[in-house]
Amino acid sequence: MLWLVGLGGSLGAGARYWLGKVLMTRSSRDFPVSTWLMNTSGSFLLGLFFDFYLTGQMSESLWLFAGAGFCGAFTTFSTFGYETVKLLVANRVGIAIFYVAVSVLAGACAALLGFWV
Amino acid sequence: MVKMVRKTKVNGEKWVMEMQLLLVMAGGFLGAAVRFALGEWIGSADFPLATLLANLSGCLFLGWFMTFSSRQEGRWREMSLLVGTGFTGSFTTFSTFSLEMVQLIRDGAIWQGAFYSGISIVGGLLLAYIGYKFVDVQLGRRGDH
Repeated sequence: MLWLVGLGGSLGAGARYWLGKVLMTRSSRDFPVSTWLMNTSGSFLLGLFFDFYLTGQMSESLWLFAGAGFCGAFTTFSTFGYETVKLLVANRVGIAIFYVAVSVLAGACAALLGFWV
Repeated sequence: MVKMVRKTKVNGEKWVMEMQLLLVMAGGFLGAAVRFALGEWIGSADFPLATLLANLSGCLFLGWFMTFSSRQEGRWREMSLLVGTGFTGSFTTFSTFSLEMVQLIRDGAIWQGAFYSGISIVGGLLLAYIGYKFVDVQLGRRGDH
């Protein structure tokens, strides 16, 4: 079980790194678009997978691999916190507050949407 | 000759990119596995304590680690990919946080959901800031950005 979560996690982290390179965040003084996109889309996917798992469309092993592993690692809370702190110390308070609000709201809505569709 | 040099350079960049990806994936494997093990160890209760602990400790660590490693020379770039982007990025999770928050609210535990998101955000930011500031104390460069 631990292996499945780890395997999904390595793919999730790899995809996060690769997408981060593609979307290339400019400076730490701007809105962190790539992290926001990944956290929101990952929340949607996790909601979707959780629904599949609960309704028996997804086995427990696949749920651990794709949910706890991939989605868990693809999205990140620590980078979100670090980026917000960087914005705050750069005196970009407005963007920081906006980033936090929009991350939490979009994450919750995306998870709910994934669960419902 | 120029062509050959150029080709070697492109191959070299590709190799570096692949090595970096491997480092992130190795860290990601461990981060997700440790997060899962922590969840199994704490067990599922009414409150998502495991995710909260992973996210809060990860914020403190990443705040310190990324700030510290950005001020170091040499192989710290590889180190930050393995430990920062890979392990800590994967150990902490935003999607599970979102889903658990929604579930608490949906189950009627509105205050618990509000408390969970509040303590995650406020605590996470505070701890990330403490980690960030700790580097100044550690390196003795207070007030110098």
